[in-house]
Amino acid sequence: MGIQGMELCAMAVVVLLFIAVLKQFGILEPISMEDSSDSELELSTVRHQPEGLDQLQAQTKFTKKELQSLYRGFKNECPTGLVDEDTFKLIYSQFFPQGDASTYAHFLFNAFDADGNGAIHFEDFVVGLSILLRGTVHEKLKWAFNLYDINKDGYITKEEMLAIMKSIYDMMGRHTYPILREDAPAEHVERFFQKMDRNKDGVVTIEEFLETCQKDENIMSSMQLFENVI
Amino acid sequence: MAAGVAAWLPFARAAAIGWMPVANCPMPLAPADKNKRQDELIVLNVSGRRFQTWRTTLERYPDTLLGSTEKEFFFNEDTKEYFFDRDPEVFRCVLNFYRTGKLHYPRYECISAYDDELAFYGILPEIIGDCCYEEYKDRKRENAERLMDDNDSENNQESMPSLSFRQTMWRAFENPHTSTLALVFYYVTGFFIAVSVITNVVETVPCGTVPGSKELPCGERYSVAFFCLDTACVMIFTVEYLLRLFAAPSRYRFIRSVMSIIDVVAIMPYYIGLVMTNNEDVSGAFVTLRVFRVFRIFKFSRHSQGLRILGYTLKSCASELGFLLFSLTMAIIIFATVMFYAEKGSSASKFTSIPASFWYTIVTMTTLGYGDMVPKTIAGKIFGSICSLSGVLVIALPVPVIVSNFSRIYHQNQRADKRRAQKKARLARIRVAKTGSSNAYLHSKRNGLLNEALELTGTPEEEHMGKTTSLIESQHHHLLHCLEKTTMSMKEVGDGLQDQMNCMMGALQELKLLQVQTALEQLEISGGGPAPGSPEGPGTQLERPCWEGGRGSARPTVCSPASQPSLGSSTKFPSHRSVCGRDLAPLPRTQPHQSYVQQGSELVEPDDWTSTLMSRGRNRQPLVLGDNVFADLVGNWLDLPELEKSGEKGETGRAREPKGEKGQPQELGRRFALTANIFKKFLRSVRPDRDRLLKEKPGWVTPVVPEPRTGRSQKVKKRSHSKGSGHFPFPGTAEHRRGENLPTGGPKTLEPSPSGFDINTAVWV
Repeated sequence: MGIQGMELCAMAVVVLLFIAVLKQFGILEPISMEDSSDSELELSTVRHQPEGLDQLQAQTKFTKKELQSLYRGFKNECPTGLVDEDTFKLIYSQFFPQGDASTYAHFLFNAFDADGNGAIHFEDFVVGLSILLRGTVHEKLKWAFNLYDINKDGYITKEEMLAIMKSIYDMMGRHTYPILREDAPAEHVERFFQKMDRNKDGVVTIEEFLETCQKDENIMSSMQLFENVI
Repeated sequence: MAAGVAAWLPFARAAAIGWMPVANCPMPLAPADKNKRQDELIVLNVSGRRFQTWRTTLERYPDTLLGSTEKEFFFNEDTKEYFFDRDPEVFRCVLNFYRTGKLHYPRYECISAYDDELAFYGILPEIIGDCCYEEYKDRKRENAERLMDDNDSENNQESMPSLSFRQTMWRAFENPHTSTLALVFYYVTGFFIAVSVITNVVETVPCGTVPGSKELPCGERYSVAFFCLDTACVMIFTVEYLLRLFAAPSRYRFIRSVMSIIDVVAIMPYYIGLVMTNNEDVSGAFVTLRVFRVFRIFKFSRHSQGLRILGYTLKSCASELGFLLFSLTMAIIIFATVMFYAEKGSSASKFTSIPASFWYTIVTMTTLGYGDMVPKTIAGKIFGSICSLSGVLVIALPVPVIVSNFSRIYHQNQRADKRRAQKKARLARIRVAKTGSSNAYLHSKRNGLLNEALELTGTPEEEHMGKTTSLIESQHHHLLHCLEKTTMSMKEVGDGLQDQMNCMMGALQELKLLQVQTALEQLEISGGGPAPGSPEGPGTQLERPCWEGGRGSARPTVCSPASQPSLGSSTKFPSHRSVCGRDLAPLPRTQPHQSYVQQGSELVEPDDWTSTLMSRGRNRQPLVLGDNVFADLVGNWLDLPELEKSGEKGETGRAREPKGEKGQPQELGRRFALTANIFKKFLRSVRPDRDRLLKEKPGWVTPVVPEPRTGRSQKVKKRSHSKGSGHFPFPGTAEHRRGENLPTGGPKTLEPSPSGFDINTAVWV
């Protein structure tokens, strides 16, 4: 019995080795799964060139020199001409190392990515910056509303606001003084809605938003804060 | 924060507007961006190659030279650019670091040059990017090892003047090339090791039959002779071991070292055998003990560099060897089990148990295939063939790692030895080249001083010595003048400073006089000017404490104040007088010797070659503190005693100065050195070139020292070459190589003598 068992084993081993040899010769195709390495969209092979300098100058309120300087910095960081969301998150998180800036970066990315193709190219970048730095207060407020309105339906709901607020608080991180309470974002959202929501219908429309903000002096003054960035 | 991210800061700040509407409290004021200017291009001129970049690019790293205000020191107002007198190739890498944030290390660049440049620009090498960091670290490690090697070899060559007897002995044991006695001892022990091993081997050979009894091995037939041989060898080994034990700096550490254990194991069987004579019970054990006599062969590792390297390699590859062993064991067990069960059914099978199958597996896996155990069943044969195929693989895999390790270490060693051997010749050639190139420098210095003296004293001087000197040179000469004046006035006050000055000047004097030699020959200045043909005792010159205060044409004026203090302290600086003028009588050579002794300087200055050299003429050169010249001079000066033992120098001094100083500990050394010299003469080959050269320039050779000088130079030659050969794996060839190196070494070192003086003496400078 044992002898036959061993013979069987020997035969099995021989057969296996034979198959291995055949595989080497390519006669027997292996039954392996499809390799999935090369079908994903690789941004590194895709390159994007921005529109001409003159067109950009027409679209934005930057001078030629400013555009040049902006593009140089942009191109240095992203030689392909495109910023994808992960890079964006990485960059942003380096400015706020103590907290988790990824959620807010995600919202910001969506706000900048005007055509929603998943990557910011230079035109988006510079158009957004133009609004933020050279636009009127009205435009800035509209941009902020766009940021808060996650699904871009024209209304800021409480959930959207809560998400935004949470992401901002996340950026701060856990180790603040005084320690932020767990419900601080919710409270903040409540206060915001109290201020903004005129007709108490649970959503904030663009008109309510603009109206309230224009009446608030703090907000108006703070909108001018970052004008000297470039 | 990385520079790249800093470029995004404006964007992040702009995006912060998104927080504003939800903010509860008013925002702090923004920092005013003063000094806001348009980004401008700056030009960096590095040795003529212009690089341009934005100012903000450089300001990304404000703690480096280029990023801080430190670069303003290099700003050239006329051309409005920053000029750096550095290597443009490395600057390319540095500038790319600013641009991309990554520092790369170019492979073609020398590691120390690269390090220097990085240090200059204030960049830490640690930020080299991952792509290049390994290469950088490897090169750096190699460099450090090489430096350590060189330092070690230099340390080994230093002759520490105050070695105790025990220390000299230890040094002799560890490094047989330090003295002849050590070399003799080394070869004697090697010979006896060989004799002992051969004896052990021959002992067991059957030696012919004594009639009436069976064939006897030689050991039993000539037992007395073998016993005597064994005794003699063990005596030598015991003496050697005891001497090493006595001389070891740390006896405890020595006892624990591998070589000492081998020594003990080699000689123990003999003594144990002496103790237990013919006791039947333990004779079996006694026979076993004889096996340990074979360990004597390991004593050869002291004599062979290659053996040591092999042992070191095996030690360093312990993990690979362990892996090899482990995988082999695994495979053996697996295949033995399989073979046992496969062959179980076959009748009269030799595979009686699994351990019995181990033997088959080992023999098969190492492809020996004795054939004493062979599988008979089909399954057994199949598994057996798989076993032998896999054996080849399992053994072949770890072996290259070990081999490459061994190769690397061995080549490193060979390179180190070659470097050491070539070092002497290389240094000699370098010195010659440098003396040739610094000739003109010294000449111009001399002229400069003359001019300065001209200005001072208004004495008319020979026309051909007048040469227009640059402002820098005249200022330099003035500085030297001030220094001399300073130290002269402080002569009575500070002896420490004086000694220092003397040391420096002694060194400078050497090279200076060499230069004078060549300068004289080149310019054909005969008895005038700063090169008086006065054959004053040159032995007075280059004593370390020798102090020279005069210079050039200012001799008459400077000399008199100089000579006065010298007269005042004649015992201290007798040479001073002689230096100070050709009208002064040359001092007898003994006087400087005595003064030298009185000063109690450690290293005896060999003044035989200097005397011969100086006899042609002497120039009172001032302190010639050139940029590299001084360093070279001091370096050359310090190199002097590297190959000499104090005994040797004392010996030469003794030969010339019968009434010279008699340092008590030096006498022994001198006498010994004399015998060593005689011994060496037997080993030396004839050096015709040297003799010819000596004959050509009779003025060089003082009547007293042809022999010791040649002796010393020969010793230099021999040592420098035997050093290279000493590490040969096979001691037998060492001598052969040494012999062959000597004649080749001769003409090789005598070739580059453009300036017309003996290279051998130049080496010692």
